[in-house]
Formats: sequence, structure tokens, C-alpha cells
Amino acid sequence: MSDDRSRMPLREAMAALHRARRADDMIVTSMGAAREWMALGAGPLDLPLVPSSMGTAPSIGLGIALAQPRRRVIVVNGDGAMLMNLGALVTITAAAPANLTLILEDNGIYEVTGAQPTPGSAAARADGTNVDFLGMARASGFTSVFHFAELAEWERAIDEVLAATGPTFVLLDVSSVPGSKGPRSPGPAAARALALRRTLSPGVV
Amino acid sequence: MFTGSQIADLFTSMGITHVVSIADSTLGPWHPAIEQAPGLRLVRVCREGEAWAVAAGLYLGGATPLVLIQCTGLFESGDALRNVLHDWKLPIFAVIGYRSYLNQDTLPGDTCLVFTEPVLDAWRIDYRLITTPTQLDEIRQHYVACREAGRAGAALVAEGKA
Repeated sequence: MSDDRSRMPLREAMAALHRARRADDMIVTSMGAAREWMALGAGPLDLPLVPSSMGTAPSIGLGIALAQPRRRVIVVNGDGAMLMNLGALVTITAAAPANLTLILEDNGIYEVTGAQPTPGSAAARADGTNVDFLGMARASGFTSVFHFAELAEWERAIDEVLAATGPTFVLLDVSSVPGSKGPRSPGPAAARALALRRTLSPGVV
Repeated sequence: MFTGSQIADLFTSMGITHVVSIADSTLGPWHPAIEQAPGLRLVRVCREGEAWAVAAGLYLGGATPLVLIQCTGLFESGDALRNVLHDWKLPIFAVIGYRSYLNQDTLPGDTCLVFTEPVLDAWRIDYRLITTPTQLDEIRQHYVACREAGRAGAALVAEGKA
């Protein structure tokens, strides 16, 4: 990272969410967030998106939110993954699910491949500035938009954030985890998918 | 080849709850009828790779989605399609418009005719080619067969222009 932004540790940011989530909340995590979430302990309503198609977590979360309109659906995505699927910001706000929260954890790098800067980070940009994810979210039409760089602020506000009328966008400035690896699949994907569908919709074939 | 109301009635009879789609000049005119059909919701996406992921989420959430895209969008869909259909093995069904199949007036030599079916084969998608109006019910029949087998599938619907 070449900018001097204050950043919170990813693990602690995720731990705060882990404590704040309700038992019936659905949590979708990808890449580094999935790795950290599984280390904290994933439950039957959690979807660590491993294996993944990078960038699709917000779209999968949108689908779940539309199918389960009375359940809070929380997606945690990385900045590199978000850049792969920026149109998802617009797709989400077009459908406008009030029960969807998209948390973007921004560390400015592709962490699991060796910390190369993303094209959105100041380090990789000709003008030396970070892209404005908050501005993108606002311009796309997210109903509620939040930004946190300090862990204590995130911890204080998290209940209010998760209770906000969605679609909600949350930008967290997080520090990288040096030497970290990608998440490992917790088990056969097809069996996990079937179990999740049955958990979310008992009785559906 | 088909009207919007024919397609909306077909999807309703198949038990579809959400149609995840990007328009082309054949599929787009179906959208109003899909939007107006009781029990069907049209979900508009920005690129076709998103469509598979949104459909995956809908399926995981207990809904019965269908992906409605042009074959050019199939080409764009690669990694998302791989993940949804082959990693997670979700039985998502798609209706895919086959650009220029009926005529090449707009795009003479359209390479969609070269690549569409080999790409479907490469992704191991069990598809049926629909080229005449009399085949409408074959879409439903193939969907039912795929659903009962718990596998993904597609109907490749011939189009006449870009």
C-alpha cells in the first residue's frame, strides 16, 4: 500500500461482524473474507464462496436476497473482486432489495496472489489516487452508504449499519494480511449447496 | 418466432419464479410480457456472467430461476457458468438466443454460427435446438427432463437478426 489511509485489521473487522450478525442472517464471503470467516467459525446459514468465480459474490447475494426477502443477507467482498464486477452495483440497486448489505473490504491489493496493487489503488494509478468506491455506490443508488477506517468506529456502528434500509453499501478500509493464502474449500461444493438450499427453504425440492 | 405472451406462459407453466436476463432484439420484446406475468419476476443484469451468479443465489434461496441471454452472452459467461454449473453443480436452466441462425441479413458471416454449439458442448450443457414455432413445448419438455435429472440444461432458440 502506498497511501497513508488509516486501516483496520481484516480479522478484527470480520470478528465484529461475526459478533453482530443475527442467527438468521445469511452471510456470503469471498476470497480473504471467506478465509477469515471460516477461521472465526461458519454456521449453516453462511456461504464461504469457495470455490468461486472471482467477482460474483455480490450477484449471488443479490439472488439470495431476492429469494429470501424477509432474511438479512450480508455479502463481504474484496476490492479486487468488486472491480471485476462493478456492474453488480447497478444490478443490485435496480432490483433494490431492502434486505441486502454489501460490505467491501478494501486493502488495495490482490492479497492472496502476492499483494499486487489493484487498478483501483493509488499505487497502481497514474493519478496516484484511490478510486472512489463510496462515490460509485452513491451514484449507483444504494439507499444507505457507510465508510469506516477505524475498528472502534465500525464496532460502534455495526448494529445501526445492519439495521439500515437496504440496499446498503459499507466500505471498510482494511489492512492486508502479509503472506496470507487463499481460502480452502470447506467441503464438496455441491453437497454444501444442497444443504444450504434446504436450510434456507425447508420443504423445497 | 415466439411472442412474449407465449414465452411468459411457457415459463409460468414450467414453474419459473425469476427470469434473469439481458435483452437482445429477439429476447427484449419478451420482457414486458414476462414482467406482467403473475408469479414471474424479471431481474435485469448488466452482463451475462452476472446472470448465472444471480440465478445461483436465487436457486440457493429456494427460488426457481431461469437465465435468458443471447449466445454472445454465453461466450461472456465462461467462468461464472463454470463455477455455478460445474463447481456447485446447480441445475440452472437457460434459454439462449442463437444469433443469425435464421438469417444473416444483419451480420453476414456471423461467427456466432461457428462457435455457439461447440461452446455449449465444451461447457457440457445439455441443450435442445429450437428452430421452428412448433417446437415451443420442446423447451418445457427439456426443462422438465433436466429438472428431474437434477442437471443444468438449455434451449437454444434460433434468431433471425442481431
